[in-house]
Amino acid sequence: MMRKGLLFAVCALALSLCGCGAVSGSGEEVVVYNWGEYIDPDVLTAFEEETGIHVVYDEFETNEIMYPKVESGASAYDVICPSDYMIEKMIANDLLQEIHWENIPNVSNIDPQYMNESEQFDPGNKYSIPYCWGTVGILYNKTMVNGPIDSWSVLWDEQYKDSILMQDSVRDAFMVPLKWKGHSLNTMDEGELAEARDLLIEQKPLVQAYVVDQVRDKMIGNEAAIGVIYSGEAIYTQRENPDLEYVIPKEGSNVWIDSWVIPKNAPHVANAEKFIDYMCRADVALKNFEFITYSTPNKAARELIEDEDIKNSPIAFPDLSLYPNLETYLYLGDDGDALYNEYWKEVKSH
Amino acid sequence: MKNKKHLLSFPYLFWSAGFILIPLCMIFFYGFTDKQLHFTFENVASVAEPENVKALLISILLALISTAICVLLAYPLALILSRSAIKNSGFMIFVFILPMWMNFLLRTLAWQTLLEKNGVINMILSFLHLPNLNIINTPYAIILGMVYNFLPFMILPIYNALVKIDPNVINAARDLGANGLQTFLYVIFPLSIPGLISGITMVSVPALTTFVISDMLGGGKILLIGNVIEQEFKQANNWHVGSGLSIVLMLFILLAMGLTAKYDKEGGSYF
Repeated sequence: MMRKGLLFAVCALALSLCGCGAVSGSGEEVVVYNWGEYIDPDVLTAFEEETGIHVVYDEFETNEIMYPKVESGASAYDVICPSDYMIEKMIANDLLQEIHWENIPNVSNIDPQYMNESEQFDPGNKYSIPYCWGTVGILYNKTMVNGPIDSWSVLWDEQYKDSILMQDSVRDAFMVPLKWKGHSLNTMDEGELAEARDLLIEQKPLVQAYVVDQVRDKMIGNEAAIGVIYSGEAIYTQRENPDLEYVIPKEGSNVWIDSWVIPKNAPHVANAEKFIDYMCRADVALKNFEFITYSTPNKAARELIEDEDIKNSPIAFPDLSLYPNLETYLYLGDDGDALYNEYWKEVKSH
Repeated sequence: MKNKKHLLSFPYLFWSAGFILIPLCMIFFYGFTDKQLHFTFENVASVAEPENVKALLISILLALISTAICVLLAYPLALILSRSAIKNSGFMIFVFILPMWMNFLLRTLAWQTLLEKNGVINMILSFLHLPNLNIINTPYAIILGMVYNFLPFMILPIYNALVKIDPNVINAARDLGANGLQTFLYVIFPLSIPGLISGITMVSVPALTTFVISDMLGGGKILLIGNVIEQEFKQANNWHVGSGLSIVLMLFILLAMGLTAKYDKEGGSYF
């Protein structure tokens, strides 16, 4: 890993010797790397106006795409928003720095419940601060399916051929058959994984497309009847298309947390802390929640929600004790990653 | 004088060193090393894995089909344009390359919207009570995307080769008693081969290596060799295997270019 960085450094040096080095701005800035469509753009503008710190904003589509960019050190980010298992992997590979909590007083707004949950992947709450959380479930169009849906098995139902949207990211794709068959979504058992792979291959002729962010638009546009989606998209899609319904399947699913972290090579740590602190402010978190509709772990912000239906929405803020089989992804080590990737490739190329 | 010429070549030398030579060296470096940076042939050999062989074969097949379709569409068109009495054949060519002014990704995205189940094309078809077109997320949509995006690269070289043919050569053929078909077969077509060959290269190479078109129009269900390489870099974070496969793909491209260079030379000897 060091050597990969070194090679980049050599190339960068070769380029800069020729008088073509990157020009860095003189003003204050913070470089943010977040999921696609995962923030209210007005919040960024307001932050810039309030602090005078320019936000350089960059987006990624999956954790797996984000990781190599950060690992190679080719681009230095100040704030990143990975998910649970990826944070664990980044900690294990020494890519993150500890957060100075005294610089982020608004952390007191975060519900302690989510800080406790975070200990699964960030023991001692040293590196991460929750930004959004949610579940993965099935979004379906009531007018296009027969009766209510409550099980992952519907994704293997022949009558929905060509109307099913699956997630195009390895862990979410494997989670579905693993949970359906009652296995852990963190399994390293090759037999269980092979079974999941075979189920995904069996399912492939029924799948309309493997997509990530597009599930939302395709479901709103009645392109598909059933899609695997993050709970945060459910409220937004229902607002756009009232025929849509979100359900956490009875066999269990994934409960996830996306958190802000500061990478080790962050050039503007102080600005990163200001940014994170700003995002934790109750009014900011509320404004942001209303735009992106992903569940906020910000207790103070939730109390400010005026619409009682949203405030107590079972989709945005489900009572997790009602769903006994929810699990959080854990980092499975390089071998685990390689195994999942190999099986996923077999599914995709089948 | 000689020194000045040297200076003129510097911008391009800098460009090719920085953006072609160094990246190429990096690909070879990663392609022939493992994670511990020990020399290995494994990455290159991984092309023999069943999934990769399959992806490569599908890529070659789709590239061949779309190149063939491009030839069938472009050659008659270029012939008409080059022989047409319209003074403004330049304007016609302009019309054909006009779509290229818009970004390639946007145009492919537009096809996605057009071809969707409830997309524009199907709405028009159902309005006319015609059967729906269900090719989105199939190899057919990928071929359509390739032909649409790469067709101008086939038209232009063929057109250029055809307009360069001296009309006197054709007149001579007619004078000596050749009919239209014979003139075409023995005079026009052989003289246009260099253009045809470079058109074939310019279409088949990007068609063989694309991953965007298959991603956007194939619904992530069809893996081309370009997608496999993309996944190795992005999903699996394995730059070594990704580079190894890129080297194999490069061999195929070099092979194609070597073949075309050979024909190009033979064809070009007429001039």
